Amino acid sequence: MPRTLYDKLVDAHKVCDLPDGDILVYVDLHIMNEYTSPQAFSALEAKGLGVRRPDAQLCVIDHVNATRARRAADAPSQILIENLEANRKKHDLAYFGLGDPRQGIEHVVVPEQGLAQPGMLIACGDSHTTTYGAFGALGFGIGTSEVEHILATQTLRYKRLKTILVQVDGELAPGVTAKDIIMKVVNVIGAGGANGYAVEFAGSAISSLDMAGRMTICNMAVELGGRAALMAPDTMTLAHCRDRPHSDSLNFDGETWVSDPGADFDKVLEIDANEIAPLVSWGVSPDQSAPVDGAVPTDTDMTTPKAKAGLARALDYMGLEAGQKITDIGIDSAFIGSCTNGRIEDLRSAARVLSGRKVAEGVSAIIVPGSTLTRVMAEEEGLDRIFIEAGFDWRPESGCSMCLAMNDDVAMDGERVASSTNRNFEGRQGRGARTHLMSPAMVAAAAVTGRITDVRDFED
Amino acid sequence: MPKTVAGTGAPLPLANVDTDVIMPKRFLRTITREGLADGVLADLRFDEAGVRHPEFVLNKDAWMNASIWIVGDNFGCGSSREHAVWGLRQLGIDAVIGTSFAGIFYDNARKNGLVLPMISAEERDALVRMTEVSGDVVITVNIRQRLISAGDLTIGFEMDDATRRALLDDRDDTLDTLKLMDEILAYENRLSGKQWVRVMK
Repeated sequence: MPRTLYDKLVDAHKVCDLPDGDILVYVDLHIMNEYTSPQAFSALEAKGLGVRRPDAQLCVIDHVNATRARRAADAPSQILIENLEANRKKHDLAYFGLGDPRQGIEHVVVPEQGLAQPGMLIACGDSHTTTYGAFGALGFGIGTSEVEHILATQTLRYKRLKTILVQVDGELAPGVTAKDIIMKVVNVIGAGGANGYAVEFAGSAISSLDMAGRMTICNMAVELGGRAALMAPDTMTLAHCRDRPHSDSLNFDGETWVSDPGADFDKVLEIDANEIAPLVSWGVSPDQSAPVDGAVPTDTDMTTPKAKAGLARALDYMGLEAGQKITDIGIDSAFIGSCTNGRIEDLRSAARVLSGRKVAEGVSAIIVPGSTLTRVMAEEEGLDRIFIEAGFDWRPESGCSMCLAMNDDVAMDGERVASSTNRNFEGRQGRGARTHLMSPAMVAAAAVTGRITDVRDFED
Repeated sequence: MPKTVAGTGAPLPLANVDTDVIMPKRFLRTITREGLADGVLADLRFDEAGVRHPEFVLNKDAWMNASIWIVGDNFGCGSSREHAVWGLRQLGIDAVIGTSFAGIFYDNARKNGLVLPMISAEERDALVRMTEVSGDVVITVNIRQRLISAGDLTIGFEMDDATRRALLDDRDDTLDTLKLMDEILAYENRLSGKQWVRVMK
């Protein structure tokens, strides 16, 4: 019987069936950060258990460190960092701490090290672990109790998901990026529309993306509720996995990591890439977005009383008027970074827009490279000069930073941020902060004009 | 865990309430599971000085002691932080009734004895209307029978078998799985060396 890529990955990692329909799956790689792991280690200790596979764990500091300098953002953050340092020492685990040349955001550093490869199962106490689907690996986020479960057993109790195929065919117009594809998909399916599903992305518009673009899409698949995102690996995937520190030590071949012809998906969605414009979020959920040449919706666009109430609440929080043109929205600050769009390719696309241009008066603009290696590469290419000359604050340290504002990069109450990140939730970037999600090139364009701007007007 | 949980209900029909809203980040800089009750919906319940917003439903006398929430679609979306569920339990919330929950939140709830019955939008809306009118509506969630009763309403709910079993038995998943070590070892013996990750230190 033809199987989907998702089925093959689950089958390959099945240890055994459990009562009541769950299965036990084996975790090839487990990544931990400083804020969702402490209580897992203490629970392990309380139960008198050890770490079953120390070699399969990677600890990374990324959520609470400052990015202006190599330190914790504050005293409680320092405690979190010291806690992970102590736990990794005690259990002898690999550790990318502050000052390590491999340090950075989890989902940026793992592919850099060649630790995400087709056929793997990767878990992490972070929802954006879906990123690894770009490699044909099954990656998903877990809670702290499950972190404990993996540490003790290297397995997880797992419920098989239903599947959606999102077929994206056609060609993206200049200025339209992977970020716009996934924001379009989130807009169409809705936040939570894929709860209980694994989402496979396919089609000519997906296979023509570079690996960074594919990671952006799989990363944000969690915003539609997808517990897993997948893309079939191809020659580009394999090329990306070569010549990295772990390339020679790993090979999860043994299956053709693609969905068989005729494999059955529970749902199929087709998206025409030719029709996608750069998208900008106007609300407080990632599915509340509009094309940059469009407008904030009005009451009449909403069909149900509930949708009308949701719109009113979002506009109130965001300080916007119904029907307002998206390009009439002024910004206070610009942020480029995150596990969604903090890779070297993202920095290059923003730098192309900023080259020879200046950040508008009154706009504060920050760029936080997704990893230390990304920063070094960008500096070798001279990208840092472009950002600095344009007026961006080029941060020397890497981390999640203002994507979730757990460190000291926090937007103020009412501050309006053009952001290359993944979530525009109320309070996400700071209490009362107003986030507009968009691609890194769109953030750069907004930084230059001081208002949300169609990056296609910047194309030469 | 008992076969039923019961308590008064509070309506929170907002859609897409995410875990950043359920447990804001300033409460996450902790290495313990304790002290999270005040963090639950903190930016909706309190102003910046920590004073309660009097108009917020959970701050009104009628709903302040509710232990069962009726919520909007896609509750618990966003970040994986289990702190959101720990906080709800510490606040005394036993069940959150909705139409759909984000996957990680759903699994975190199961690990902490928070019951998440799933019902249709129409049924949820009926419970919202009922609890909006009065804070005295006692809601009973029968886990074994997968039934909610409230006033004259009886509603069957959806919950997968494994979650139901975990809630009823209140077992320790980690210790239970360790009993399957023979199966785990057998699986590991089937792996080739190239399928055995060794992260470089």
